[in-house]
Amino acid sequence: MSMDLLRFITCGSVDDGKSTLIGRLLYDSKSILVDQLEAIERASKTKNQGDGGGIDLALLTDGLRSEREQGITIDVAYRYFQTPVRKFIIVDAPGHIQYTRNMVTGASNCQLAIVLIDARNGVVEQTRRHSLIASLLGIPHIVVAINKMDLVDYAQDAFSDICIQYAELAKKLNVSQVSFIPMSALNGDNVVDRSANMPWYEGPTLLEHLETVELSNDTNLTLPRFPVQYVIRPQTTELHDYRGYAGKINSGAFRVGDAVTVLPSAQTSTISRIEFNEQDLTEAEAGQSVILHLFDDIDISRGDLIVRSDTQPIVAQNVEGMLCWMDTKELKVGSKYVLQVGTARTRCSIREIPYRLNIETYEHVEEVESLKLNDLAKVVLRTAQPVAFDTYALNRTNGGAILIDETSNVTVGAVMLEGET
Amino acid sequence: MDYLDQLESEAIHIMREVAGQFERPALLFSGGKDSITLVHLARKAFRPGKFPFPLVHIDTGHNFQEALDFRDWLANSLGERLIVRYVEDTIREKNLKEPTGRNASRNALQTFTLLDTIEEFEFDACIGGARRDEEKARAKERVFSVRDEFGSWDPKRQRPELWNLYNGRIHKGENVRVFPISNWTELDVWNYIQREKIALPSLYFAHERELLVRDGKLMATAGGVIKPEPDDQIVTRTVRFRTVGDISCTAASESQANTLDAVIAEIQATRISERGETRMDDQMSEAAMEDRKKGGYF
Ligand SMILES: Nc1nc2c(ncn2[C@@H]2O[C@H](COP(=O)(O)OP(=O)(O)OP(=O)(O)O)[C@@H](O)[C@H]2O)c(=O)[nH]1
Ligand SMILES: [Mg+2]
Repeated sequence: MSMDLLRFITCGSVDDGKSTLIGRLLYDSKSILVDQLEAIERASKTKNQGDGGGIDLALLTDGLRSEREQGITIDVAYRYFQTPVRKFIIVDAPGHIQYTRNMVTGASNCQLAIVLIDARNGVVEQTRRHSLIASLLGIPHIVVAINKMDLVDYAQDAFSDICIQYAELAKKLNVSQVSFIPMSALNGDNVVDRSANMPWYEGPTLLEHLETVELSNDTNLTLPRFPVQYVIRPQTTELHDYRGYAGKINSGAFRVGDAVTVLPSAQTSTISRIEFNEQDLTEAEAGQSVILHLFDDIDISRGDLIVRSDTQPIVAQNVEGMLCWMDTKELKVGSKYVLQVGTARTRCSIREIPYRLNIETYEHVEEVESLKLNDLAKVVLRTAQPVAFDTYALNRTNGGAILIDETSNVTVGAVMLEGET
Repeated sequence: MDYLDQLESEAIHIMREVAGQFERPALLFSGGKDSITLVHLARKAFRPGKFPFPLVHIDTGHNFQEALDFRDWLANSLGERLIVRYVEDTIREKNLKEPTGRNASRNALQTFTLLDTIEEFEFDACIGGARRDEEKARAKERVFSVRDEFGSWDPKRQRPELWNLYNGRIHKGENVRVFPISNWTELDVWNYIQREKIALPSLYFAHERELLVRDGKLMATAGGVIKPEPDDQIVTRTVRFRTVGDISCTAASESQANTLDAVIAEIQATRISERGETRMDDQMSEAAMEDRKKGGYF
């Protein structure tokens, strides 16, 4: 009974109906428990102050006091549900530009993004920004949910116009699949149940789409990578010589007997044992958390990357990548940060910002000296120690990195590494 | 990989990040099924080594004896260090006013003891068994949840947390609450317990006991924690506990489920959430959990 797991996010501009859509999806698929429903019914009444409005389904995910007061989403909420076909992890992102970093947080682990568009407004700046972020993060599937169709009389023209508008934008993005669904999250049209108001639409409802979309495996299966998290050394009498490297296989597979290289030091050895739950395995693959043992007693510690010797990653100190800047403090050429790739951390400085992306046109803006909150840009970094990585396009789990501010300790940037310069 | 394997591996990875990134971590052990699951995951993460953290229990003094016995047995059989700190002592030392009245609970006072314990041992990370599906404020929390020196959660200033990269860098005095089973649902936990044959306190299975009926909820009379009032009806019923916590705020459910299969079948069929059915502390106000987290609760 192995079931698929689909992680998806809702994104798009403020008030386009993301939270309402999730609420509707859960409500119509009967995934809301009675006490939770009663709680949001109560909260809806308080909020509407008895003006007779129905229940506000957005309250299912807008769980913070300030979110409820302001009627907006501030940080991502996670919801879990399953149908007989699939298990889903839903991430509800905020649309407000101020909270873009929270959307980035939520999107980083998703395989599918639902981009909502208000049928009255069409594509707006946040639609472009979120679509671009989804594409930079390598989310392969995009569903464009053209919402609030009830406010445009369920007109097919309104839908088609926006499809054309979005298709134009999508050409400049790197997404493998875009689908369009007209809906009303408020009334439930085409969310779980087919809409009687839009007989002209013949495609799947949102839930049908989510249940059937082909899940391309986005884990890289050919590049064996193992970031060392922790060294297990019991140092007891029976286990005096025991030395195991604990970690999670990022990508590819390892077998006992594989020749491996430890990076960045480039020492080599051979896998002598693969251990999980105190049992020996002959082989382990991407996604598994195991303990590796090597034949040779070499110096390995947290931050090292063990790779199969016949598939070497990039090891470099001058690296470039696409950066999503997430701090209110500006990033400037010359600023220093801590770069974390896998379990490795090293100091780095920003050498150059070759260009920033214009959110409206996706064109390159050159000669940039600094970046502001939410800017997306190409950056060149110089690291204090060599870092071992793959390009993000090739291997998402070994090409994503974060920048940490050394004084505040906050995560201030996300970098999709592209290579050595 | 099966989704339970995926969840398991994610949790092991998070625990090892704690071991790798912090100097003095701890695992907050409440005696409930979620923290028992954490202990099981810690074995998978660190055996044949010892856990790189002690188990820490904040005892309200209002716990079920079965849960305490189970806690001691578990720590003992694993040969791991158990630290217990008592809310009772905090009340005495700090001269705190113990809540009185009908639904009085020491649950809120736990936070003081927890913060004192963090200070006493200088813990920089505390692993907890909270899940995002439990409650609407928890649904918003990061896996690595940075807390200031007062243990306070600021939901408006959470750090970005991308991919499986966790940033545990903190200033002195701050600490991080870490939730390895954030993405598990109640049912996932039960399915995992079954698959892994994890032992649980008998409280989780149907048994006969004396209870009092209050506001429609069945509350245990055990230990005399809840003081009966004239209109409370005392009954004997076959019940089990869906969550095991402080006696004063954990209700029992009528049930005949005395095997894991039967418990799982009940949870699959239920239309009431775990906390909705059993927790009195969340039902006090709209934002009870958020407020407690802001106050330093885990
Ligand atoms: N008429 C109509 N109103 C809708 C529809 N979907 C959502 N709304 C309304 O639009 C408003 C905003 O909805 P939300 O779901 O909170 O929007 P959101 O996209 O989650 O907003 P943020 O998270 O703050 O970015 C609410 O008043 C909803 O009731 C729809 O299909 N039709
Ligand atoms: Mg919202």
